[in-house]
Amino acid sequence: MKRKDFLYLSGMGMGALLLPDLSAFGTPIDPLQALDGVDVKIKKELADVALNAAKSKGATYADIRIGRYLNQFVATREKRVQGVANTESYGVGIRVLANGCWGFAATNNVTKDAIAKAAEQAVAVAKANAKIQGEPVQLAPQKGYGEVSWKTPIEINAFEVPVKEKVDLLLNVNDVAMQNGANFVNSVIFAVNEQKYFASTDGSYIDQDVHRIYPTFNVTKVDRESGKFKTRNALSAPSGKGYEYMHARPEDKVTGVVTRYKGRYDMLEDVKEAARVATEKVKAKSVEPGKYDLVLDPSHLWLTIHESVGHPTELDRVLGYEANYAGTSFLTLDKWESKNFKFGSDKVNIVADKTQVGSLGAVGYDDEGVKCKKWDLIKNGILTSYQAIRDQAHIIGLTESNGCCYSQGWDDVQFQRMPNVSLQPGKEKLSVDDMIKNVEKGIYIIGDGSFSIDQQRYNFQFGGQIFYEIKEGKIAGMLNDVAYQANTQEFWNSCNAICDESDYRLGGSFNDGKGQPSQSSAVSHGSATTRFNGVNVINTARKI
Amino acid sequence: MAILSKEEAQAILKKVIGYSKADFCEVGLNGSDGGNIRYARNAVSTAGQISTMSLGVSSTFGKKTGSATINEFDDASLQKVVKRAEELAMLAPENPEFMPPLDPQTFPESNTYNAKTAAMTPDTRAEMVGKSLSVSKAAGLDAAGFLENSTRFNAIMNSKGLFAYNKGTDVSFSVTVRNKQGTGSGYIEQGFNDLDKMDTLALSKIAASKANGSAGAKAIEPGKYTVILEPLAASDIIGNMFRGFDARSADEGRSFMSKKGGGTRLGEQLFSENVNIYSDPMNAEIPSATFTGEGLPVKRTQWVEKGVVKNLSYSRYWAAQKNVQPLPFSRSMVIEGGTQSLEDLIKSTEKGILVTRFWYIRSVDPQTLLLTGLTRDGTFYIENGEIKFPIKNFRFNESPVIMLNNVEALGKPVRTGSGLIPPMKIRDFTFTSLSDAI
Repeated sequence: MKRKDFLYLSGMGMGALLLPDLSAFGTPIDPLQALDGVDVKIKKELADVALNAAKSKGATYADIRIGRYLNQFVATREKRVQGVANTESYGVGIRVLANGCWGFAATNNVTKDAIAKAAEQAVAVAKANAKIQGEPVQLAPQKGYGEVSWKTPIEINAFEVPVKEKVDLLLNVNDVAMQNGANFVNSVIFAVNEQKYFASTDGSYIDQDVHRIYPTFNVTKVDRESGKFKTRNALSAPSGKGYEYMHARPEDKVTGVVTRYKGRYDMLEDVKEAARVATEKVKAKSVEPGKYDLVLDPSHLWLTIHESVGHPTELDRVLGYEANYAGTSFLTLDKWESKNFKFGSDKVNIVADKTQVGSLGAVGYDDEGVKCKKWDLIKNGILTSYQAIRDQAHIIGLTESNGCCYSQGWDDVQFQRMPNVSLQPGKEKLSVDDMIKNVEKGIYIIGDGSFSIDQQRYNFQFGGQIFYEIKEGKIAGMLNDVAYQANTQEFWNSCNAICDESDYRLGGSFNDGKGQPSQSSAVSHGSATTRFNGVNVINTARKI
Repeated sequence: MAILSKEEAQAILKKVIGYSKADFCEVGLNGSDGGNIRYARNAVSTAGQISTMSLGVSSTFGKKTGSATINEFDDASLQKVVKRAEELAMLAPENPEFMPPLDPQTFPESNTYNAKTAAMTPDTRAEMVGKSLSVSKAAGLDAAGFLENSTRFNAIMNSKGLFAYNKGTDVSFSVTVRNKQGTGSGYIEQGFNDLDKMDTLALSKIAASKANGSAGAKAIEPGKYTVILEPLAASDIIGNMFRGFDARSADEGRSFMSKKGGGTRLGEQLFSENVNIYSDPMNAEIPSATFTGEGLPVKRTQWVEKGVVKNLSYSRYWAAQKNVQPLPFSRSMVIEGGTQSLEDLIKSTEKGILVTRFWYIRSVDPQTLLLTGLTRDGTFYIENGEIKFPIKNFRFNESPVIMLNNVEALGKPVRTGSGLIPPMKIRDFTFTSLSDAI
């Protein structure tokens, strides 16, 4: 699925929910057809055709990805079903190294002849570009795993759940919103299944079956008299799970000033609260700008982690490969080499983990055949490592890749993408209530909102869904027009309290954009509720 | 072959419509053929060649619609895709907003295709990127860029006899040039239908000049400043405003175009008198298709005249509800300007800031269209009509509606992204904090 289309789909706050151009992300198919996989023996035969053709034309390395990507949307607005779409995209992408340069070609014609031709085309592209290439590509060694497989550990395949069940749920969600005072509501369930087969000249034949799900909604309350309107989005987290994610149990609910969710999600309960909150937001007071202690819920903090830690620790960005698009990084190699760059306070421990169960980024192997793992990025506040793939590993002295390579589809070239990047919970017992008790002047922020950060990841500004004023250790009512601005390093050094493991939850993005042509990837970020002292808050109210 | 002629496309679509048993059938066929080179650190990082074609069928019984697409084109596959769409239509819930397909329409021939662009090869691309790299290498700078070209077609037909076909080409180029010390950065981007208009050498020289010129930037206090926005910067901000021109959102009370107490702000003076905005698919500088995905003709439309909002966009459904004519929105917006160059605007400025481009623009508040984002790749302080020194990047918090009320002067429009946009001189533009990013 292309990022721009999903952004359009998810831009519900601006108006009616619209289905994107379906042809951009796949072929609509009968739901039941999505359940049939392609025989692994056939895929191995096809893979060998590509690898042999590439080698015969002079490739020193080649890999092939045979991908079958399934998506299902069910989208509704108030009492109407706006769209039901099942899509499939099937084809092959072949990447080669020839004359020290990468080449890539893709085709949706999955026949031996067409695959051989694409392999030759990839070699031709590599040779054409070798004429203007600088240093030859240096690939970290990778052992072949033989024939292996991996599957997201799901309980219920979302594609096997009847469309009617999803339609009934969403229309029920909309009804609850309207019954509780909303003027408008959009809701959607989006399910993804990536059936990916990877083979390379290293001797790996890897078959993977990856599942993700994202239910969400947007509720709008309009006050015609004042001309004001306010919205609230779902507090769901897109997840690397099956449809069991939609069946919340009591232990999945985190109670408090609003209910949040851990592991599984109750859409009907959340929308009822959303309608109430949107109504309250219309009348909430505007924030007084100034310095505040911020208590950030995981449903909000995931996005700050994503932007201010996840992206600047991408090695391709550090090196300049993303300079023409999303930018570079302030975490330059000299800071890592110093072994004492103080990224954050001593409490800040951040790990990268492509194996975390239930996360969006979890897979067994990355898209260049590297087995996935977990490693430290920030240890006790010090920058310790980056995220690397095979052609970068040597730059930071690694003898193997971190396993961070990913492509959004068979027709896009794989490159370095973010693994799950998460803030580790505090080691001492600390609840949200305990944390708020110690705040004199603060704001408790729940849910993600507006987000923007500069091209080297220093200066950022974040909004949110719900803002509660904290006065002398107690929640004192709701606020509007809140955004906080900070410098990444100063912000993480102002981190002075993190709740314990019992409050740890995942948030995440279904559509993180990067690269040219831009590609989308899905990634989770975990944390417990965390406090940052003395952060600059601005008032975003304007008159037009 | 991913690019079909009008006759070839028509033949396939007729055959598909012939297989339909539904009350209504709409079919779309599109294909693209192209390639790209991405480079960084003065070397190629990735490159590819991609060719695709697909067919989409939408079948309706009553108000129940199903859709399916396929990328195989033998008779059995074409019959299968029609059958699948009809099966899905029977399973689908009724859509109360369903609009029957349009009757046949007439469309002018667009000017979106260029044969030379269509003939580009991996070697053409390598040569163009080579010219860009020659600039950065000779100047001791680092270039990262992206060159992409495509030829594409789309054709639509429905069971009421409507048929439309369009073929087009695009070539786009962008490059970021940075100095080796990482203290200066410059950027430029351009897109055309016609390859002959694309000069990667000249464009890279501009980016290289900005990379050198922006080194050693000084910090100045955030606040309200007169700014001169290069067309790219202006386009970045204003592009976010156009979605708000949707009549339905305005009528529903959830748009900046909604009026307090109900109704819309159509006909109100919302911007400065020197703001005129229109779209025209036949504009020679920025041509686009003359029909929408459902076959509605796209015509020249004045959206803003002397600062007054003259039109809002109406979908066919919403137009029927409001008893007006449907009006599709266009992606190729033209903001009229004057004859002054960017240099003329700088010369006329006593104190101000020149902005090359903005980055990471996000909506902060849909009520006021407040946006936030940052300057990037060349921000300069102007005094007494001259660029005095480079300055550090700023974060802004500003609404395009407020901005277009504060227009002091507009220069000569140039093609930028999907618009024809002039450089703009704007007073009281709000910068809220400084960024150390280069």
